[in-house]
Amino acid sequence: MEFFRIKKDIPFMSYGKVTTSISLVTFLLAVFFLATKGLNFGVDFTGGTVMEVHYAQPADINKVREQLASVGLKDSLVQNFGTSHDVLIQVPLKQNTMGAKLSDHVVETLRQQDASVELRRVEFVGPQVGKDLVENGAMALLLVSLGIVGYLWIRFEWKFGLAAIIANLHDVVIILGFFAFFQWEFSLSVLAAVLAVLGYSVNESVVVFDRIRENFRKMRKTEVAEIIDNAITRTMSRTIITHASTQMMVTAMLFLGGETLHYFALALTIGILFSIYSSVLVASPLLMMFGVSREDFIKPEKTEAEEVLP
Amino acid sequence: MNQYPLWKYLLILLSLLLGLVYTLPNFYGESPAVQVLPLRSSLKADTALLARVDEVLKSAQLAPEVVSLDATSVKARFADTDTQLKAKDVLQAQLGEDYMVALNLLSRSPQWLPDYFNALPMYLGLDLRGGVHFLMQVDMKGSLDKALESSSGDIRSTLREANIAYSGVSRDGSIVTTKFRDADARSKGEEELKQRFAGLEFNSSESGSDFLLHGRLKQQEQLRIQEAAIQQNLTTLRNRVNELGVAEPVIQQQGADRIVVQLPGVQDTARAKEILGRTATLEVRLVDDERQIGSGSVAPFGTEIFKDSDGSLLLVKKSVILTGDSIDDAQPGFDSRNNEPAVHINLDAKGARKFKDATRENVGKRMAIILFEKGRGEVVTAPVIREEIGGGRVQISGRMNTVEANDTALLLRAGALATPMEIIEERTIGPSLGADNIKRGFDSTKIGFIAIAIFMIVYYLMFGTVSVLALGANLLLLVALLSMMQATLTLPGMAGIALTLGMAIDANVLINERIREELRNGVPPQMAIHTGYENAFATILDSNITTLIAGIALFMFGSGPIKGFAVVLCLGILTSMFSAVMVSRMLVNLIYGRKTRLNKVAIG
Repeated sequence: MEFFRIKKDIPFMSYGKVTTSISLVTFLLAVFFLATKGLNFGVDFTGGTVMEVHYAQPADINKVREQLASVGLKDSLVQNFGTSHDVLIQVPLKQNTMGAKLSDHVVETLRQQDASVELRRVEFVGPQVGKDLVENGAMALLLVSLGIVGYLWIRFEWKFGLAAIIANLHDVVIILGFFAFFQWEFSLSVLAAVLAVLGYSVNESVVVFDRIRENFRKMRKTEVAEIIDNAITRTMSRTIITHASTQMMVTAMLFLGGETLHYFALALTIGILFSIYSSVLVASPLLMMFGVSREDFIKPEKTEAEEVLP
Repeated sequence: MNQYPLWKYLLILLSLLLGLVYTLPNFYGESPAVQVLPLRSSLKADTALLARVDEVLKSAQLAPEVVSLDATSVKARFADTDTQLKAKDVLQAQLGEDYMVALNLLSRSPQWLPDYFNALPMYLGLDLRGGVHFLMQVDMKGSLDKALESSSGDIRSTLREANIAYSGVSRDGSIVTTKFRDADARSKGEEELKQRFAGLEFNSSESGSDFLLHGRLKQQEQLRIQEAAIQQNLTTLRNRVNELGVAEPVIQQQGADRIVVQLPGVQDTARAKEILGRTATLEVRLVDDERQIGSGSVAPFGTEIFKDSDGSLLLVKKSVILTGDSIDDAQPGFDSRNNEPAVHINLDAKGARKFKDATRENVGKRMAIILFEKGRGEVVTAPVIREEIGGGRVQISGRMNTVEANDTALLLRAGALATPMEIIEERTIGPSLGADNIKRGFDSTKIGFIAIAIFMIVYYLMFGTVSVLALGANLLLLVALLSMMQATLTLPGMAGIALTLGMAIDANVLINERIREELRNGVPPQMAIHTGYENAFATILDSNITTLIAGIALFMFGSGPIKGFAVVLCLGILTSMFSAVMVSRMLVNLIYGRKTRLNKVAIG
């Protein structure tokens, strides 16, 4: 079986203007939503208390709200979580005067109405911790970006490193844009997914870049644009199949992994989809723009030597 | 051309075999168990304890599946949780307070796996097995303030004793300021204080008619106080966690001023918080040595019976000489006369006066220092008073080694100088949620794997089958590595396993696509396989290294569950390089390599 039997190279580079403007628009939209709506940071970053409680019967959300309001936790967020038996309670930090003791207090309050309440999970994050996590997250993002640029610089050339990291940071911004637009919860595991996407989608660019380098060596007389077109076309089948396989795993997590892995998988899904696009249609035009040429790989002396030979 | 030398085949087979051995324990699952740990250093986990546990269980007619002995404890495994709980109660009642009886899980794998290969199942994180995670912040500013506060009291009494006139001592933030009326008194005072307070540095200034002397804690003194505060809190927490009866607790310093406490399996978080957050107090009292006591006797009027750390009984008077509030510091050290290990205690000015009076009146008698926790006291030490002790500097020595001196100092500080701690992060996972999480992680990996397998086999036929087998080998090796290293597996870690598998197939897709391309260009099959593998390798390496960079950064900056994800990601990249290139190549070589006239390969 073969899905992609492409006889002629697809002239991707001639679409350069269109694809670049499309990604510029998506990028700007993402930045716009990030700026206006902002990320809906989870308790990991903002601090506060999240509790998951389980009722033997379907839970009455309104009653839970009333009970909490009666003990002065009016602004807490109460919602069903997965099933009708499970309730998620979020209490913001500023309402919490008891620190880590709050969760015991809430469970006690809830048990007065229904003794069957089972505490499934508590996450309490104090204000000191959240700040550290934000800083560490930013540091990790910076380190990954620098590491990747550095590696590609050594392995290829600075133009490749720069093109790849711009293309992939563009993916990261778009993932964040989605999270801002839909106000999905941005937790630590989503951050992990974003960083994993950064590493993973650079793969994509690397595979294409590898082909470009190989083509520069093999196809001596060809134009740069054609060389890139050929490289993309030749690797396209692999790109799609690899991503489809990874996506199968991620889809399984998205639907079977439960609430904790849901947003993790969602971030990966967006990342995988956009990394196909960006590595092919953003990184390569950028590479052209930076003026990649045969001389970047083959030293001029060598070509002269060959010309002298009969 | 497509033949590996024999040693290469053997090497690959050997690593797969080892992978299988270390993965095996994970298949057997775990059973409820009870763990018995001696709490006193004089008691040891030995065959005698093993026999005793066995006997206790037998007489209660609780049949354990296995009773085993390891370096620190005796473990008994049971068929179900019911028997386990009954056994815990029986053992705790029979063995008494000297032993901790904790609930635990034990691997059901056959004994030869841990014995010969040290093969254990993967170590599950709290989000998979259930339990509590606390991050506690030690109030460093508070302990520095306390140190300064007590030195300002001592400055007063030092100046008074030296007959140097001063008009006031006050503390403002991190500076203790002493006011003098003239420069002469100040220079005399400075000289005196410099001698007495090695941990402070002084500088002077004038304000109006006052001559001021400012003292602040030296950098190294601050570090010493902070280090002592952390160590003391770690010790206190360890003692308290013992009381909770938790198997395999984690109590670790994190960063300069934080402590992580992880209690697997603990469900009653309210009680855990209560016990961890409890404050201990210290009292100094006189020992009543005039009357004898037996183990069953009642304490005479005005006295109480306490146990000391060896478990022997001591009759102590009820009236209190000093409380822990009067103790400024307790440090292990050495007796200056005979170089024996000793504990040095500093009392504040008020305490020193009381102590002086009490020691003068009771030379030759013993005093007991008692640590109270949860209303239960234990005698830390009961030294004989040799002479009147003034000046607030007390030394306890004789009959102790360096370790004991250290422990005693820590216990004294635990009672007297508890630096306040605050829980700044809590993560509690119920056992049912933990089990759900395992199931979810396992299911998504399984379904994802099956989907990829079907797709690969249909799309690449024989080469797809080879890729799937290589992916299976990858999973095997990854699980084996995680079990071998006993790295903590968390739910994000399980997601990491699934994700690595999804990404690992990339290498095989790259190879298979290359081979197809070569075949399409008219290259003969053997040659196509060879160049396909050769050409794809550089690309595979490059693309994996970028992911590895991301993984390492996540490991360095991630915390808790994210670290688990990072570990799996990094290990997964290593195993997938091995299996996608070496294992799949070995299979292809075995299938096609020997055929000299190969006209067609099944690659779809």
